[in-house]
Amino acid sequence: MATDTIAAHDDHHHGPEKGLLRWVKTTNHKDIGSLYLWFSFMMLLVGGAFAMVIRAELFMPGIQVVDPHFFNSMTTMHGLIMVFGAIMPAFVGLGNWLIPMMVGAPDMALPRMNNWSFWILPFAGAILLSTFFMEGGAPAFGWTFYAPLSTTFAPDSTDFFIFAVHLLGFSSIMGAINIIATVLNMRAPDMKLMDMPLFVWTWLITSFLLIGAMPVLAGAVTMMLTDRNFGTSFFDAAGGGDPVMFQHIFWFFGHPEVYIMILPAFGVISHIIPTFARKPLFGYSSMVYATAAIAFLSYIVWAHHMFLTGMPVAGQLYFMYATMLIAVPTGVKVFNWVATMWKGSMTFETPMLWALSFVFLFTIGGFSGLMLGIVPADIQYHDTYFVVAHFHYVLVTGALWSIIAAVFYWFPKWTGKMYNESLAKIHFWWSIISVNILFFPQHFLGLAGMPRRIPDYNLQFADFNMISSIGAFMFGASFILFTYIIIDGIRNGKPAKARPWESAKGLEWTLGSPAEYHSFDKAPSRKAIEQESQHTSVA
Amino acid sequence: MKMMKTLIGAIFAIASTFALSEYTLNMTEGVTSVSQNIYGLHMTIFWIVTAIGIVVFGAMAYSIYHHRQSKGAKAAHFHESTTVELLWTAIPIVILIVMAIPATKVLIDLENTDNAEMTLKITGHQWKWQYDYIENDTFGVPKEGITMMSNLAQSSRDAIKASTQPEHYLLDVDNRVVLPVDTRIRFLMTSNDVIHNWWVPAFGVKQDGNPGYINDAWAKIEQEGTYRGQCAELCGKDHGYMPIVVDVVSKEKYKAWVSEQKAAAAAAAASASKTWSKDELMAKGEQVYNANCAGCHQKDGKGMPPVFPAMVGSSIANGPAADHVNLVLHGKGAMPAFKMLGDADLAAVITYERQGFGNTGTVVQPSDVKSGR
Repeated sequence: MATDTIAAHDDHHHGPEKGLLRWVKTTNHKDIGSLYLWFSFMMLLVGGAFAMVIRAELFMPGIQVVDPHFFNSMTTMHGLIMVFGAIMPAFVGLGNWLIPMMVGAPDMALPRMNNWSFWILPFAGAILLSTFFMEGGAPAFGWTFYAPLSTTFAPDSTDFFIFAVHLLGFSSIMGAINIIATVLNMRAPDMKLMDMPLFVWTWLITSFLLIGAMPVLAGAVTMMLTDRNFGTSFFDAAGGGDPVMFQHIFWFFGHPEVYIMILPAFGVISHIIPTFARKPLFGYSSMVYATAAIAFLSYIVWAHHMFLTGMPVAGQLYFMYATMLIAVPTGVKVFNWVATMWKGSMTFETPMLWALSFVFLFTIGGFSGLMLGIVPADIQYHDTYFVVAHFHYVLVTGALWSIIAAVFYWFPKWTGKMYNESLAKIHFWWSIISVNILFFPQHFLGLAGMPRRIPDYNLQFADFNMISSIGAFMFGASFILFTYIIIDGIRNGKPAKARPWESAKGLEWTLGSPAEYHSFDKAPSRKAIEQESQHTSVA
Repeated sequence: MKMMKTLIGAIFAIASTFALSEYTLNMTEGVTSVSQNIYGLHMTIFWIVTAIGIVVFGAMAYSIYHHRQSKGAKAAHFHESTTVELLWTAIPIVILIVMAIPATKVLIDLENTDNAEMTLKITGHQWKWQYDYIENDTFGVPKEGITMMSNLAQSSRDAIKASTQPEHYLLDVDNRVVLPVDTRIRFLMTSNDVIHNWWVPAFGVKQDGNPGYINDAWAKIEQEGTYRGQCAELCGKDHGYMPIVVDVVSKEKYKAWVSEQKAAAAAAAASASKTWSKDELMAKGEQVYNANCAGCHQKDGKGMPPVFPAMVGSSIANGPAADHVNLVLHGKGAMPAFKMLGDADLAAVITYERQGFGNTGTVVQPSDVKSGR
């Protein structure tokens, strides 16, 4: 039906500009979505290369590959690039591509700002990476950059890192404002909030987290900047400051940040499982409420990252109880997904495989998260490989898994082509096996007492480290295949139908494949919205 | 070749998996009531999440197996059930309460550092530990206390780039902490520069040392023996190279150790006030240098430019002695302050830097360091 509209209003329509300038000047949500996705993919490869260096050094005891200072730079930059360069921009890219199509809008509400919020990113990334070539080396204080290691004791390049973080923050805040404006103002008039698909809901809530959290990060790095250069003592006890206050401020940003990286993932999974179970999503409204509850809780649990900083018992108890509460709405989500599968008629195309393994592996990460929330147990887990295993289960087999699932699921809509299903399945099995060889033994390492962020270790940790490194190299290599599948799909894929997955629901599937350059210039009707809604029965 | 051998070893390790005793799969139970309570709590939560996992993943697996199109499954149409949804909100809350009760008890107990029979103050430095035994009549620790620096053992340092590593690689030190068994010990943690974290898994003690602030923890160690740990908070380049070794001995042996330390402290005080010969300074200086400076500036003095400057031909080592003393005492940027070392040690190491590595700086005596403080 959107095709009819295009014919009727031909005079308003123009395709993309020709040549490279198209990408610089574009204000189109699909172009910008693609830019975000390609940028984040390149950053994923850069961050992944750093991870390979880390695992190569940890392959066996002793120092073989890099010196300890450079090793610390690697762990720092791996974390920063993956969080701010890969996962977050990838979700903004998905949001850009999908939200206007899902809410029946022609484009994002603030298209010029959209262009700007993307084009800040490559510069921020370049500034961050340029620190490797500066005297004193790149930042080497961990992605959490605790003061005073990141202030008094840090290399000069730290000021460039601060500038890059500011830019990344601007970009994220603008992206979030844009999504809120689009969802609230550009939504089809007949679409009520409780008609919105879950990806839109989760992104809307995530945007509020971004707007609340990113300025706090900006505050933290600004205080660092003045401590470093202008003689203030926010985090310096010698001048009346407090290094622990840095951690409070950082984690007041940092914990919502964790959910910024996982809520849109919940949205993606809530689309894919119903499609391939051929059954409507179970508990649509409880999914929405659970998302909101998780977002709220994310602001009041930050100090569970700081149980060893010397908090009073009352504070520790409060943060432990609040943290444990998060298990309730998260559990609701997992149960809803399982109930969606229950009595469905499941098939296992590539997106479904990624989504199912997401539920399984993310839940394992959730379990270790619950264990970490118990303060006395956290004393032994804290800052060990158990923590490393935990957050890689939720971020790699959680956030990244959902992004890969989304890429396969919406690939036909974006490109108008189908990817190679059998290669994609090989890629899936390769990834899931290698990622578990990579991260599962790290639980054992942590429990045995191996601290994180060390370049070298005692012989008792040697075997599991080697296994983990082998898994890492295999997992790293899987991205060569992934790249091939995507490029091959774009160039040689078979043409895809408008609705390539028979039971897929959502307004985006009413558009053509590839979707028209401007999504909906006429708002979809109430009937179309109801038909494509996630909480009405398929029948 | 070694790579190949270890690779084959790893494959065998995977094949014969967890039957081998040298693999540690689980947390240590430890030798204090705190560490044992933590272990108990850890196992309780572990079994609870395992049980939940079996239920959830079991349901998922059952559904994946039976409710598939290829087996002719027809999709049902239900998409909500208030009863079920309330139930699976309420049941987790109950489970969480069951977990929270023992966790709260253990936490309150491990945070109570009252009634300590002795106190050990632990100060983190980049990258070594300083231990101060606080005055204690029971064990004869004098008013000025006992101070000790503990560095990574030379045997580990030498093995970093070697092809084989000793048994206690990176978990061995030059000066061990000595503590009495069956004594309620209070630990005070702080730091001289960045945040460090003193962790001995067997004690269940892990606490940040924050510069400018003091944290505490306690332990009553029930078994004599040697216990090892590491710094657990990223503290810069050599974070991986600041281990902890604790010898837990009988109370009598501990008292004897305390008197030995008192005698050693008196001897050190005497040596700091005498004038040293250049050879004495150089010999002592080499030891101090290798333990404290070689991590960055390297054993051969070539440094790691551009991050860590070379000693060879250094303008500071060949310049005025007062500037050199000042830099080592107070640090600058990435260079930590070393004022916790004794005057004799500092004079020796500064002399070694000024006279070794082909440098031609002047000799520095302990009295020069003292006046530079």
